[in-house]
Formats: sequence, C-alpha cells, structure tokens
Amino acid sequence: MNVHFTVNGEEREAAVQGPESLLFVLRERLGLLGAKDACEQGECGSCTVIVDGDLVCSCLVMAADAEGTEVLTVEGLATEDELHPVQQAFVEHGAVQCGFCTPGFVVATAHLLEHQPAPTEPEIREALSGNICRCTGYGALLRAVQSMGGASP
Amino acid sequence: MDIDRPRSLDETLAAAGEYPDATLLAGGTDVMVEVNFRTRQVRRVISLRGVADLSEWNGTRIGAGVTYRRMELGPIPALAQLARTVGSPQIRSVGTLGGNLGTASPAGDTHPFLAACDASIEVRSRDGGTRILSWSEFLTGPKLNALKPGEVITAVVLPEHLPARQEFGKVGVRSAMVISTVSACVMRDEEGRTTVALGAVGPTVLRAARAEEMMSAESHPSAEALAEFSRLVSDEVRPITDHRSTEAYRRHASGVLARRLLERCLAA
Repeated sequence: MNVHFTVNGEEREAAVQGPESLLFVLRERLGLLGAKDACEQGECGSCTVIVDGDLVCSCLVMAADAEGTEVLTVEGLATEDELHPVQQAFVEHGAVQCGFCTPGFVVATAHLLEHQPAPTEPEIREALSGNICRCTGYGALLRAVQSMGGASP
Repeated sequence: MDIDRPRSLDETLAAAGEYPDATLLAGGTDVMVEVNFRTRQVRRVISLRGVADLSEWNGTRIGAGVTYRRMELGPIPALAQLARTVGSPQIRSVGTLGGNLGTASPAGDTHPFLAACDASIEVRSRDGGTRILSWSEFLTGPKLNALKPGEVITAVVLPEHLPARQEFGKVGVRSAMVISTVSACVMRDEEGRTTVALGAVGPTVLRAARAEEMMSAESHPSAEALAEFSRLVSDEVRPITDHRSTEAYRRHASGVLARRLLERCLAA
C-alpha cells in the first residue's frame, strides 16, 4: 500500500507494509533519520513529530493512517542557511549531551513556543514531560527554553 | 493489511458491520504499542481519524473521539484533572475517551471518573442499533468489555447534574508517563451524598459501597469519620501484586488517596 502525505511541506508518497509505524516509514522509506527509534511505546519522546498540528510520538502513528496528513519533522525546522531559533538556543546553552533525545526535544519545544510564547518553568517542564534525556541534561535544556521566553519562535 | 477510512459515523458502522474483526484505530496509543511489540495481529483497520461525528462534545454527551487534550481544557473538573495525568502531551493530543474504554485496562484513568458519576457508554452498530450500557455493564474484566462484534463505542453520557465537588488523583512513580498504581475519583453533592471509585485495584474499576454509605450519612465528617472512610476503602478494594506494586501497598494507598480526595471535596 502507498500513503500520500505532506512531509516538511513536500508532497510525498511512501510504500507502507502492514501496520508499521510512521516512525519506521520516515526513517526507513523516506530517509529522514531525525526522529529517533528507541522505546517504540510512546514513553521516551525521541520520535516526536507534529502531525496536523498535534505533537505526537511517530512510533504510535500507524503509517497507513497518515494518509492525507501534514507531518513536520525536525528536518523541517531549519532553513538551508539558518538554524531554527530553538536549535540555536540549544546550541548556545549546551542543551545537548549525546544528542539522541535532541530532535524530539527540539520539536516539542518548537510546538510549545508556537502555542505559548512565554511559558513558565512549570509549563516548560510539563510540556516536555513526554521527552526523556537519559544523559539527564535537563538543567541546560530548561535554561535553553527559558532563554527563548518572550522571543517569537 | 487493509484500511478503511470512513468519513462519517454511518460509514464507520457500515465498515464495522462488514468487517466485525477489524481493529478500530483512534489515537493509536494502545494499538501501536502492541503492533510494535508484535503482540497484536492487524489484518484490517478501520481508521476513525476522519470521523468528525465521534469528536462532538455536547454538554453531558462526550463523543468517543474526544482527546485527553480536550478533556484537559474542558469544563468538568475531575475529568480535566484526570486527563492531565495521562501520559504526556504527545499521548494526550491523540489518545481518546473511547480508546480508554475500548482498551478497558483495569488502570484506565477515565474509569474512576465514569464510575463515580455513574456514566453510561453508548455503543452503536449497523445491525443492532444503539445500546446504552452503564459503566459497570460495559467494563466486564481486565482488558474486557461488553462490545459485540461490529459495535463501535460512540459516546459517553454523563448524568445531567454532576456534583460541583469532584476530585481525581492517582498514585504512580512519576507525574508523567505513568500507569496508575492506584487511581481514584471522589464526588460529593450538596446533600452530602458521596461516591468513591477506584482504579487499578481490581479486575475493573470499582465503587467502595460501604465507604460511600457511611460517608453519605455524615454531614460534617469528624476526623474519626474520615479515618473510618479511609479504612473502609482499603477494606473494599481488591488489588493484586504485580510488577507495578504490591497488594498491601495498593490497599493502603487506596484508603489514603480516597481520604485526601474527600478532604479536598470538603474544603471546596
């Protein structure tokens, strides 16, 4: 079966086998390796993408059910020349250790700031509660997000 | 694998009638875990993504497709409280009320709320029309419900009047992404009639009937009455020991949690 959807603004078609996940199709069929494959049960947030405006774990989206949707992955945030402001803030605050969780945190943060440009610390912690950093680099992550408070994402 | 993508409730019921063994897919947050871990065979899917009818929320009738995110922002206090404890923003943006009933986990976080207010579940099918089941008729055991082949959960119907004083709480190892060790919902109306429902401490959500009867007779509960309420709740739950907790801890935590929620109701 083939699914047709918009990925990072481009119309895409991908072959899909059985009930496999959107995460699998993004990585293995479309070569978009930003969303990471870790827990496969929605626990870790490393595969976070935005589907039709909703922040989701792409491992929990059935690819066949993504027909007609608009998907935004971490690859769709930066332009050719410029990092997305969230990525820039992560760089400036050293909010990256091993980097595995980073794409998920970046997407979740971009989604948060789009809806809440000046979140409080508890709001940041709650908005990012579905993303796990097993290097435990939460302090720098929090400071990076706080540095953007009030700035338009 | 085949997938149907109905655009209306009628089309959904037609597809479910034709393929009664199909997997109904709403948010996918339970189904896809089983798919990823290869514990579920999926040969045909009926996607509910495009069925706007299921996402309608009119007062006390809440469509099965309403997400936790919408419950979190909605007007019903305990429903908003419980929705906020479910998973993470990623889970709440797609997970649905109907999905929580379809999965019918003993730890389903909407269940204590539905039981405490005596909600009904509306199910429909192409051939059987509409059935309205009480929460206790619908939830029949661990991961078991009363859906017949071809039936679709369409809505939850709440009583017209809900007590203003209603509280939900749960116990788990962290605030996010946690499956309840114990969950509870307490409601108390103007006349003092008190209901208390507990999840994850029995094969399905359960009501602590003796604790309810005792507390409903107390217009201004004393410290002794609160302690007795707590003791009765702990006595009435039917927990097991599993990988998540022990029978003894769950029994103790049930009483403590129910009393705290009642105290919040009394303070409100």
